[in-house]
Amino acid sequence: MSQQGYVATPPYSQPQPGIGLSPPHYGHYGDPSHTASPTGMMKPAGPLGATATRGMLPPGPPPPGPHQFGQNGAHATGHPPQRFPGPPPVNNVASSHAPYQPSAQSSYPGPISTSSVTQLGSQLSAMQINSYGSGMAPPSQGPPGPLSATSLQTPPRPPQPSILQPGSQVLPPPPTTLNGPGASPLPLPMYRPDGLSGPPPPNAQYQPPPLPGQTLGAGYPPQQAANSGPQMAGAQLSYPGGFPGGPAQMAGPPQPQKKLDPDSIPSPIQVIENDRASRGGQVYATNTRGQIPPLVTTDCMIQDQGNASPRFIRCTTYCFPCTSDMAKQAQIPLAAVIKPFATIPSNESPLYLVNHGESGPVRCNRCKAYMCPFMQFIEGGRRYQCGFCNCVNDVPPFYFQHLDHIGRRLDHYEKPELSLGSYEYVATLDYCRKSKPPNPPAFIFMIDVSYSNIKNGLVKLICEELKTMLEKIPKEEQEETSAIRVGFITYNKVLHFFNVKSNLAQPQMMVVTDVGEVFVPLLDGFLVNYQESQSVIHNLLDQIPDMFADSNENETVFAPVIQAGMEALKILFQPQTNVYDSLAKDCVAHGCSVTLFLFPSQYVDVASLGLVPQLTGGTLYKYNNFQMHLDRQQFLNDLRNDIEKKIGFDAIMRVRTSTGFRATDFFGGILMNNTTDVEMAAIDCDKAVTVEFKHDDKLSEDSGALIQCAVLYTTISGQRRLRIHNLGLNCSSQLADLYKSCETDALINFFAKSAFKAVLHQPLKVIREILVNQTAHMLACYRKNCASPSAASQLILPDSMKVLPVYMNCLLKNCVLLSRPEISTDERAYQRQLVMTMGVADSQLFFYPQLLPIHTLDVKSTMLPAAVRCSESRLSEEGIFLLANGLHMFLWLGVSSPPELIQGIFNVPSFAHINTDMTLLPEVGNPYSQQLRMIMGIIQQKRPYSMKLTIVKQREQPEMVFRQFLVEDKGLYGGSSYVDFLCCVHKEICQLLN
Amino acid sequence: MATYLEFIQQNEERDGVRFSWNVWPSSRLEATRMVVPLACLLTPLKERPDLPPVQYEPVLCSRPTCKAVLNPLCQVDYRAKLWACNFCFQRNQFPPAYGGISEVNQPAELMPQFSTIEYVIQRGAQSPLIFLYVVDTCLEEDDLQALKESLQMSLSLLPPDALVGLITFGRMVQVHELSCEGISKSYVFRGTKDLTAKQIQDMLGLTKPAMPMQQARPAQPQEHPFASSRFLQPVHKIDMNLTDLLGELQRDPWPVTQGKRPLRSTGVALSIAVGLLEGTFPNTGARIMLFTGGPPTQGPGMVVGDELKIPIRSWHDIEKDNARFMKKATKHYEMLANRTAANGHCIDIYACALDQTGLLEMKCCANLTGGYMVMGDSFNTSLFKQTFQRIFTKDFNGDFRMAFGATLDVKTSRELKIAGAIGPCVSLNVKGPCVSENELGVGGTSQWKICGLDPTSTLGIYFEVVNQFMFHLRRSPFLQVFNNSPDESSYYRHHFARQDLTQSLIMIQPILYSYSFHGPPEPVLLDSSSILADRILLMDTFFQIVIYLGETIAQWRKAGYQDMPEYENFKHLLQAPLDDAQEILQARFPMPRYINTEHGGSQARFLLSKVNPSQTHNNLYAWGQETGAPILTDDVSLQVFMDHLKKLAVSSAC
Repeated sequence: MSQQGYVATPPYSQPQPGIGLSPPHYGHYGDPSHTASPTGMMKPAGPLGATATRGMLPPGPPPPGPHQFGQNGAHATGHPPQRFPGPPPVNNVASSHAPYQPSAQSSYPGPISTSSVTQLGSQLSAMQINSYGSGMAPPSQGPPGPLSATSLQTPPRPPQPSILQPGSQVLPPPPTTLNGPGASPLPLPMYRPDGLSGPPPPNAQYQPPPLPGQTLGAGYPPQQAANSGPQMAGAQLSYPGGFPGGPAQMAGPPQPQKKLDPDSIPSPIQVIENDRASRGGQVYATNTRGQIPPLVTTDCMIQDQGNASPRFIRCTTYCFPCTSDMAKQAQIPLAAVIKPFATIPSNESPLYLVNHGESGPVRCNRCKAYMCPFMQFIEGGRRYQCGFCNCVNDVPPFYFQHLDHIGRRLDHYEKPELSLGSYEYVATLDYCRKSKPPNPPAFIFMIDVSYSNIKNGLVKLICEELKTMLEKIPKEEQEETSAIRVGFITYNKVLHFFNVKSNLAQPQMMVVTDVGEVFVPLLDGFLVNYQESQSVIHNLLDQIPDMFADSNENETVFAPVIQAGMEALKILFQPQTNVYDSLAKDCVAHGCSVTLFLFPSQYVDVASLGLVPQLTGGTLYKYNNFQMHLDRQQFLNDLRNDIEKKIGFDAIMRVRTSTGFRATDFFGGILMNNTTDVEMAAIDCDKAVTVEFKHDDKLSEDSGALIQCAVLYTTISGQRRLRIHNLGLNCSSQLADLYKSCETDALINFFAKSAFKAVLHQPLKVIREILVNQTAHMLACYRKNCASPSAASQLILPDSMKVLPVYMNCLLKNCVLLSRPEISTDERAYQRQLVMTMGVADSQLFFYPQLLPIHTLDVKSTMLPAAVRCSESRLSEEGIFLLANGLHMFLWLGVSSPPELIQGIFNVPSFAHINTDMTLLPEVGNPYSQQLRMIMGIIQQKRPYSMKLTIVKQREQPEMVFRQFLVEDKGLYGGSSYVDFLCCVHKEICQLLN
Repeated sequence: MATYLEFIQQNEERDGVRFSWNVWPSSRLEATRMVVPLACLLTPLKERPDLPPVQYEPVLCSRPTCKAVLNPLCQVDYRAKLWACNFCFQRNQFPPAYGGISEVNQPAELMPQFSTIEYVIQRGAQSPLIFLYVVDTCLEEDDLQALKESLQMSLSLLPPDALVGLITFGRMVQVHELSCEGISKSYVFRGTKDLTAKQIQDMLGLTKPAMPMQQARPAQPQEHPFASSRFLQPVHKIDMNLTDLLGELQRDPWPVTQGKRPLRSTGVALSIAVGLLEGTFPNTGARIMLFTGGPPTQGPGMVVGDELKIPIRSWHDIEKDNARFMKKATKHYEMLANRTAANGHCIDIYACALDQTGLLEMKCCANLTGGYMVMGDSFNTSLFKQTFQRIFTKDFNGDFRMAFGATLDVKTSRELKIAGAIGPCVSLNVKGPCVSENELGVGGTSQWKICGLDPTSTLGIYFEVVNQFMFHLRRSPFLQVFNNSPDESSYYRHHFARQDLTQSLIMIQPILYSYSFHGPPEPVLLDSSSILADRILLMDTFFQIVIYLGETIAQWRKAGYQDMPEYENFKHLLQAPLDDAQEILQARFPMPRYINTEHGGSQARFLLSKVNPSQTHNNLYAWGQETGAPILTDDVSLQVFMDHLKKLAVSSAC
């Protein structure tokens, strides 16, 4: 049965990836679109035709098997063995297929990318990848197949519409082929990027799908599984293996000529590894203005020597152009990604706290910048010149100190504010609201106790968890207990407040039914010190799940009541942006941050709801179709992490710059009531604000560009403080300097945030075009002004932007920028919101997931295995891969995964025995298991969101979801492959240069 | 005369009826000359321990417009088994059950001694009584504590199956759910927002969910009580819970800044109480018992703002039309009172505070529904504690001395018409031939609804007056507002309107007894001349019991003569008025203020303000004589009043 599901799915016939696919069907699993790339070759005639039935249930009996062999019509070279398995002819009922093996198999069409890659290979091979170390490095881990890009053709382009492709003329498959017999009637969508589907090199090996029932694991007879590989291969393998590991059975001779070796195009993995190799594990001292820090993926120890650690601030470029003309010419965004509360590893020194007592921080009289290493002391130390506005200020008497022979204060190294990039000041009353010291902060837990949450056990889970979690609410290190007060509210169609005052014998519940005009019904006993009220709180938490349990018993009787409850909730949370907007503003004005945990089983309008957490510096967590046994741990981890993380309240951030440029735009979980003050009801260690700068005037190479970010906030104990981060950048009038100093990860962070911000007011298509154009423009400018002359057909990338195209392509493919009916609006809104507050490391992982070959694990080493590129061609059916993007984690199991690994990890005898219905790996006392779990732990560490683990077996339904994250391949829901995009950008560049 | 007086007293004793005239005027002309209208005071539930229980239903006249009850005055034809209605003259057949009727075998209702009879009607399910406590938490700690104790104590006095509920209010209003274990749960309402009955019921979850009819569920009759029982629970089930709940009641926690009154949402609290009962138990016996320690200061029904510098309205303000909130508040409470009366529930008001609490505005709540109104200085006084306790006293049968949901139906023969009733009732708007065009009191109907009544509740029309009496009536707080707050006036009038003749007479003209060595205690003139040094006076004004020791007596007592064995008679003399006062205190509802004072004591003012000022500082001729005590007042004395009256009578005769 297993297969049938897929088989039946409609989309087979579609040429277009993603078109009409509805994810739940997993129909596209075998989506021919990939295989059948537009080159036309793919559309195998007959068989495909059959598939063209598009599925939706053509009633007919399954067509006969033959179709499985797709033809590579287009390719003259004809890769013999390729079969594009056509979509299984039949889309019908599973039962019919059951017996029908071949058809079943066909459902796994070849991996998309492979085919296209090969072709591109041919196109791109000509390109020069600037400074890419190994250039066309031999495929170390790449697919065996495609060796060389022998034939460099100009880019073979299928008739490609909107996207630019160089040399479309050349290649392929006449469109006609597309319409070949049986070709799907579907029109090609315009945006379909390339039509390249070269004969896949060793392609994916999708083996015939095993037997029916396989998906179900249980029913699958083990022996069959074992054999299936080989058998299939023989029987029907349609895809010549493309996987590094598994080409064995693939007879396919390496695909010859015309392909661009995927290994020849810049590899993010290579870039990361190179940086790690050269800078990892070292000490990075921030003593030099404009020096480029190691990549976010590189571990090193950072020593603050006058500039803020890159953990706090990362810039898109560490060298600003001197003039705005130059900036316009390069079109490189000038931005900083600031994560003011970033976690500092224990081996680096924490921020110093400066306390000037009642006089407060020393500030420039004119621009109000805080004392920092950029202030120049003159006149024997009596005055100082502000590095930001050049104003000369008197040194306050209490702060006077003599200067040494090089004009430095004698106490330079004693005062953090003179020698460090980051430090904190104790704020005086002037910095408090209404000049009154702030109250200690409070956490209010609001729990939805409506029917479904009670029924699925969520409420009980939360209440149980809170009991232990409340012990861990953040406190100052020197304090015995936390100053944070806690309060509890539950709600369904009405609100319930709880009085948990310590002297009560039992908690008191106060119901507020007037949801139209909510008020707080009690004063005393709502917010309490947890330690003092512990017994009452525990009493309450014990009772809450039972208190609302009644509804369970009367499911039918109370169904209407629940309905009414939901209605009421809708009224309460009416999806009107204005309501949330003003609510959020009120929250910020009162220093109230809202974090939302959503457990939607249907549309809840995340876009509107999410506004509140976003504008108030809170966090949005979403667990679709929450199932206790699967999602419990993820939720609990998030909840714990959220409560325990370092956080500052009621914050205002101000970014000051030296003359000549200024901060013009801000992106993040923030609220701005004017153009300079960034207000955040709370800011935690994971939230970053991206700031864009523009020129006001000319910058001088001598003085550089200085940035000071000051965050005024309230600590968890209720102390008002200022956190200052200073960073000095270089300036240059040479474009080459600018390009040399760029950091792609930060660029992508900026592009993502600005694009995601724009989705609210601009059409997606426009946004995508702008991104592509700007990418091309940046690269073209480099080519024109910085690179040595070369053939026009060459693609030349600056070293610092080598991986910009692949990352940019990942961004373009993100569901936020691709509106597809398959992706819920809620999901898009959710991801959009997450990205808006991400720091550089998180956005890097989010857009380019980490893919680790677990089968290569060296159980004796504590090193992580080297990551591989996110492409299907890197998978092998003998392999086990772990993929993580910061939100999701997948463990992908090839059908021929080594049994000892399976035994080691899952403690079951064979592939078929693995139950994929788990989100935690079993704890097996085995080095494989231990090592893998440790790796997962390392990956999860420091990530703001707990990643839910999904076990994916090759060729089973969930693989579809997994494949979305193979970002170098053509997207399931649209979006081109890396190679295609590179071609596209290349073409754009060519046009710009002409 | 003596026989006549006896006759009248006997009638009153037996039927609870007392007429202003005991002889009908023979003609209309005569009737118009009577000046004092023909009226009676009726005490419907006058206690009659001697009445046998009659366990069947009354026989009614078969004429649909009449339906008079078979009574001893009806003509009966025993042979034909017929009776003639003495109101409409309809001839009625006796029901089959009366088959054995004869001159010697008469049902009770035909016997002359049963001119008053009580039928025990067996129809219908007995529904439990409901007591809904509405408690102000803006009280001083002592007061709240005392009130909590009284309330806790009261639980033991309720019948075990009675339903109780609790609403507390201050700045907000909390409706407490009583059925929950382990957590005390309450529904909270803003004190400033007026809610309709529907909204209240929705918010309390009392409305049955509109069932989409997809599943025709079997009707669940018990569902209704279930829903309402969250707030109203049988005492026997939750008395422990409720005792604890009351014990944990805290003063309203919202801060009251200097110069402000606490925010007290009496209007909303009462509105919610009314709405709660309206939705769950319409037309059953229910008491809403409002305990308040101050004026409503916010929301609908507010009587005064929270600024302490602006005092609560006085008669002076009202005359000057300067009572900002009075009209609106009165309207609010009238609306509530009318709704409550329509539901057959009653509202008691227990207002204990030194300042006014807004009884003037709230009075209709008690007046229209037959509820009690009790005013005191503090909940921590025996006046309140004992009065409250007295509400739950039982009669000789062990039944509560309270009744609910009465309909008073007055029928007259053709020669008489009904002009109206005055008392704790509302009109049922039943017009008939016997209803007069002229209205007096609540008129235009022959039926009234009395939501709550007790054995002393008396309705009446007019009262008999004599000259001396009129003098005191003019001085009484019923007509005279001087020196009384609007609240006090409302309070006195409330009680005046529902007491029987004797009690209301006491209210108008207090009784004064004198105790001395000269003989047994004797009633003396309510005159300043009665205040003598060697007397002990006992004054009963209904609302106050004052014991006053004359100057000499007071000196003796100070000297401790009462403790000397040889002066035991003095001790007895001192004790006698105390015992008598105690007797009055035991029976009276509400419990009177008990004042024990002496010559020159500050509390003596209670006595001095009541007596006829025959001697004042203006007619000093009596100074120095043993003829009583002069009263420092400008009020006219009875003598002056009588002289004036005589002059008027003579001149008007001309």
